[in-house]
Amino acid sequence: MSATATTSSAANGNVSAATAAAAARTATTGTQPVTFAKALNTALADSMDSTDSVLVFGEDVGILGGVFRITDGLTKRFGTNRCFDTPLAESGIVGMAIGMAMNGMRPVIEMQFDAFAYPAFEQIASHVAKMHNRTKGKMPLPLVIRIPYAGGIGGVEHHCDSSESYYAHTPGLKVFTPATVADAYLMLREAIDSPDPVIFMEPKKLYWTKEQVDLEALRISHETAAVPPTEGRAAIARTGTDATLIAYGPSVSTAMAAAEAAALEGRSLEVIDVRTIVPLDDATICASVRKTGRAVVIAEAPGFASVSSEIVARIQERCFHSLAAPVLRVTGFDTPYPAPKLEKYYLPSVDRILDAVDALQWEEKA
Amino acid sequence: MTEPREGIEQVSSKFGITPEDYMLPARTEIHMLDINGKLHPAGEQGVEPGHEYPLPSPKVLVDAYEQLVIGRRVNDQNSALVRQGRMAVYPSSHGQEAAQVAAALCLGENDWMFPTYRDTVAVMAKGVAPMEVMAGFRGDWHSGYDPKKYKVSIQSTPLTTQLLHAVGVAHAAKLRGEDTVVLAMCGDGATSEGDFHEALNFAAVFNVPVIFFVQNNQYAISVPLSAQSVAPSLAHKAVGYGMAGERVDGNDLIALLAVLRRAVRLAREGNGPLLVEAHTYRMQAHTNADDATRYREDAEVQAWIAKDPVARMRSYLLDAGLLPDATEARITASAEAVAQTLRDGMNSENTPDPTDLFAHVFSTPTTQLTEQAAMLADELAREEETR
Ligand SMILES: Cc1ncc(C[n+]2csc(CCOP(=O)(O)OP(=O)(O)O)c2C)c(N)n1
Ligand SMILES: [Mg+2]
Repeated sequence: MSATATTSSAANGNVSAATAAAAARTATTGTQPVTFAKALNTALADSMDSTDSVLVFGEDVGILGGVFRITDGLTKRFGTNRCFDTPLAESGIVGMAIGMAMNGMRPVIEMQFDAFAYPAFEQIASHVAKMHNRTKGKMPLPLVIRIPYAGGIGGVEHHCDSSESYYAHTPGLKVFTPATVADAYLMLREAIDSPDPVIFMEPKKLYWTKEQVDLEALRISHETAAVPPTEGRAAIARTGTDATLIAYGPSVSTAMAAAEAAALEGRSLEVIDVRTIVPLDDATICASVRKTGRAVVIAEAPGFASVSSEIVARIQERCFHSLAAPVLRVTGFDTPYPAPKLEKYYLPSVDRILDAVDALQWEEKA
Repeated sequence: MTEPREGIEQVSSKFGITPEDYMLPARTEIHMLDINGKLHPAGEQGVEPGHEYPLPSPKVLVDAYEQLVIGRRVNDQNSALVRQGRMAVYPSSHGQEAAQVAAALCLGENDWMFPTYRDTVAVMAKGVAPMEVMAGFRGDWHSGYDPKKYKVSIQSTPLTTQLLHAVGVAHAAKLRGEDTVVLAMCGDGATSEGDFHEALNFAAVFNVPVIFFVQNNQYAISVPLSAQSVAPSLAHKAVGYGMAGERVDGNDLIALLAVLRRAVRLAREGNGPLLVEAHTYRMQAHTNADDATRYREDAEVQAWIAKDPVARMRSYLLDAGLLPDATEARITASAEAVAQTLRDGMNSENTPDPTDLFAHVFSTPTTQLTEQAAMLADELAREEETR
């Protein structure tokens, strides 16, 4: 590697130039089928394009483009100083990213799979999460750790963990997890722009899903701040009146399917997509539960001591008098993630969600 | 062949030796001063090809001696303040001050240091205001100085995690075409940690200017080095990563300055990272909470008193006529001034603001943190009312 032409002023992030560039771009390409993976890839490229200090590195992210191809083409387009492979060592990747963020860069690093981020946990819990606080904000760490997570892909052991609760439980980390193609783009761009470290959890079962979106329009709306931020703002994925399903990441599509099925049976379910686990949008969740009086929280992770238990606790603390039934959960079992042939028993399913909805004490409705 | 390897070939050929001989430490540790403060005969100072170290200038030596005296005073003053209950814990580097001072003085103004809990003297020698350093030990906050302002990272406690941050700082500087050098510190026991390995490997692969400076004070709390590693020396580990290693008498300020200053120059010239191991001794317990008599003999400690870095350096400077009374008096006075600052600072009452708890978790407090801050503020207000 040789020294680059990256200047220190560019390294500080030339946001106004980026905005001008976005405005200068002409007509959008229009709505077309776009995969979740492509949206993430485009978000990385657009961030690198707008800010010279954004660097991408990790295992196999260079010429290969990552095992899920999320970094496809970035080395070719931006060079090996901006997107490169590291030695195989997760603590090393996160630790080096910390130092780079200390010195003017905005690293966006990839952990190859959820369970392979565990070697980096000390760096994440002891430094990524704490540097800003222990230096009273004098040493912020603007960096993003991308983690493909969760199951539903028939993956082998160590490739399907839902590890979000470890991060969400650690003060100082923001935890984002998109559930739609448009959010994949917008939330990753927001995470990269954030002055705080973000654990960006990508539901790997969604990588190949397609939705009709206009990436160019999303880019312009992001760069001109025409869209409200997703951070701390849950999305109402479907409106309804009888009960609220609260889900995030890989479980949102399951919740949506359950709401669809319930509608056929005459039950109107609202679906909340949490989007950012930290910071959590208590207001949107509570407004919905106060309206419907019933709630089911859905998550793939084991339920014990988890994000789902946190959401339930917060609802009963804040909405107790609006509740017509106990808040229920549909989560992964408290077992290690199962082998491929058993995952269908483990994962929250539409039927299990509908059963939980049925158990919301309808007969006692006032 | 990769670029770093070619770099090694270039630098070793400049010294007229093979890459292997460049990477391997000299056959014995580099030393210049004997325990009586006399210079070793020229032929014994570290003269193997590629391992020659010229004597630093008198000015460099006298300035370093001043920091050495201050460093000893800082250690002993802080230990006294711990005994008086003014702070909970202070990991003293008493006996290791030569290594502490050399670590700071080998660096230029734009160079970074990554210290540990034990490296308070090095942090102060690099210029961090004493009471900003002590804020952490006093319990006001976990860290009290601005790392960016001083180019000194926080005093890291999770062993060797900081070595990777050092690699990142050096890597970012290199990508911007800056010639920053980074010195990253750890102890002998810490070399067993995984991050030590990852950091050295990353530094070598990315060919970044980091000096890994290991103070081998023989113990990791109670565990002797023989239980950590059976490598010929810690400096020998360098060759496994494709970088140069050197070992040096860690109680010999002159040798330390010579070795570290050359290491910094080589790194700055783009020859990649280096590993320097300093042989020294932790004269006191691990911290005041530790009882060193449980795991080591007093005779062993006594033997190291004879190698005291401060006494050796003073003898040398006196013999060389570099320490006239006036200079010595000035140095004593500046050490006393720092000690006075520590006493005054540590004896003054200081109440941290409890609302700071929530202010710095993120760049902007979340709704939840704002709610919790309001709860604590309310609790405190009610306490105030009932008082
Ligand atoms: C990851 C980690 N494990 C354990 C500890 C507890 N600990 C603090 S200091 C220490 C000994 C370190 O010995 P060494 O590296 O030789 O440094 P020294 O204290 O002798 O300067 C231990 C085990 C720690 N701080 N970090
Ligand atoms: Mg030690």
